[in-house]
Amino acid sequence: MSVVERYQSFKESEQANRYREEALRFAWRFRQNPMSLFGLGMILLLILIAIFAPYIAPNPAHAGWRGEPAVDFGNAWHEPSLAHPFGTDQAGRDILSRVIFGTRLSLILGLVVLTIAIGIGVPLGLIAGYVGGIPSTIIMRTTDVFLSVPPLVLALAVTVPLQPGLVTAMLAISIVWWPWYTRLVYGEVVSVREQDFVEASRGLGTGRLRIIFREILPNVTAPITVKFSLDMGYAILVGAGLGFLGLGAQPPTPEWGTMVAQGRIHLPDRWWLSTFPGLAIFLTVLAFNFLGDGLRDIFDVEVD
Amino acid sequence: MGFRSYLLRRAILTIPVFIGLTLFIFLLARVLPGDPARMALGPRATDEAVAALRIEMGLDDPLHIQYLNYMGGLLQGDMGIALTTNRNVFTDVLAFFPATLELVITAMFLAVLFGIPLGIIAALNKDRLGDNLSRLIAFFGVSMPVFWAAILIQLAIAYNLGLLPPSGRIGVDRPEWYTGFLIIDSIIALNFEALRSTLAHLALPAFALALAPMADVARMTRSSFIEEYNEDYVRALETQGLPGRLIAYKYVLKASFASTLTIIGLDFGFLIGGAFLVEIVFSWPGLARYGVRAILENDINAVMGVVLVIGAVFIIVNLIVDVLYGFLDPRVRYGEGSSA
Repeated sequence: MSVVERYQSFKESEQANRYREEALRFAWRFRQNPMSLFGLGMILLLILIAIFAPYIAPNPAHAGWRGEPAVDFGNAWHEPSLAHPFGTDQAGRDILSRVIFGTRLSLILGLVVLTIAIGIGVPLGLIAGYVGGIPSTIIMRTTDVFLSVPPLVLALAVTVPLQPGLVTAMLAISIVWWPWYTRLVYGEVVSVREQDFVEASRGLGTGRLRIIFREILPNVTAPITVKFSLDMGYAILVGAGLGFLGLGAQPPTPEWGTMVAQGRIHLPDRWWLSTFPGLAIFLTVLAFNFLGDGLRDIFDVEVD
Repeated sequence: MGFRSYLLRRAILTIPVFIGLTLFIFLLARVLPGDPARMALGPRATDEAVAALRIEMGLDDPLHIQYLNYMGGLLQGDMGIALTTNRNVFTDVLAFFPATLELVITAMFLAVLFGIPLGIIAALNKDRLGDNLSRLIAFFGVSMPVFWAAILIQLAIAYNLGLLPPSGRIGVDRPEWYTGFLIIDSIIALNFEALRSTLAHLALPAFALALAPMADVARMTRSSFIEEYNEDYVRALETQGLPGRLIAYKYVLKASFASTLTIIGLDFGFLIGGAFLVEIVFSWPGLARYGVRAILENDINAVMGVVLVIGAVFIIVNLIVDVLYGFLDPRVRYGEGSSA
């Protein structure tokens, strides 16, 4: 082994050690924070429920994951019981089964919305923060306009020319969401770009794109991660809100917000129709808030 | 820089946002797929009828002319005709907005009324039971879907216990219209029966709407209270022998209020968003319910009007908050200022 090779393998193991150390420190701080552990546990559980929904749900056919949900009019309007822990609806469908499948829709909605929002928002924030000048002004003034309308109201307006449905809801919420990431990344970049390590890299003749992606981007991943976790909850809330207003997933899709709206017609007598899907939204959002709050403490960052 | 020039500069900053907002709403209505004339007339209208309406609505003009016409109309309070009510959208907005504002402002009031004490309890019991409990309540508040919370509250208090009315805005004859705010109008008319009924109808929706901002206010008050408590002047006051309670309520609370104020401004937007959901649950005859109906019936003029007015109010509220913030904390005036 040549000297150079030995040096390189030493550097690599050094690097690996550092990563391992960081991971351990992270895990330790995570353990100190029972709420975020609880949140993480709940989220893992929700992911498992979503994946294995067909095997967990007592009556998978009632969810109508593909095509029309089955009906069972003989069992309509059952109150919660051992056979139907969440009761049944007007068509005799098992609410528990529908709520279980609804987990899939909410998690997918949150993921898709935030992937699009981050995909648009982060690059724009990097450009606005690092390049500056006219592009920066245009980008940041555009975010001002987007942020001048309450998110739910803006999302509602975007759905107007489109056919109501889950895809429309996801699209509308994504359009509303990206400016938050642009603004977050912009703030971080502005605070980092004049620091010595960036200057040094620039002095070495590193290209702009390389500086943005190799030097600056790693510094904004922590706040983005925290915001992602908190926003999963909020995006799911807004998605459920659109569903509740009849502008998101359409019945009989087992989307939680839609189910609450459908059940509301039969209040106050059939209280279980709205109560359990709503409880599912609440617990899911709570889990992401617990996790996000814990991550915020661990990374020690401020978001929004 | 004096307070007046700060005020002026901050007010001027909102103008481009206003113009951007109108441009955005205009583009939303014109550029997204879907023909407004076709949407207005429905799928069964003949092509001739659609073409005629397109000309009447000026949809065949070049885009920039259409925008200028739209802006010109706006400046005269003309937002076009709402297809669902057949009235000028501006008239509709004036008729429906007071109900929503009354609801939102009451909710904000409740959020501050309960949120600040909750935050102070948490701060004074830092890392003890009271703190953890109030933190948990705050987590619950921001995680609950507001429409679900509204339904549960309605079920429990209105339907099961029968304590308060489950829906509507007033149960007796409305007092004469002065402001559209029923609390104010019934006080002006000295109609206490109407006032009682208004407050009874307002209580549940306002409380449901207040849950999330209450949690935010509590969290913000807690953190700024703790931060402020560590300042040197508090030690100085303590050594002078001032009672802890006096320090907490007279000095620390006042100083920490500035940051609570920003939360109020931010949450105002979320409250209006939440009103869209709460108004449906409680059959509240406000702008949000009007807006939802307009959206469901593809009434594009009405939707544009509602979004514009809500955006404008949100911008103005944030302006007021910024100005108050600069008033409470002179450092803001001399620094860059916040440009949210």
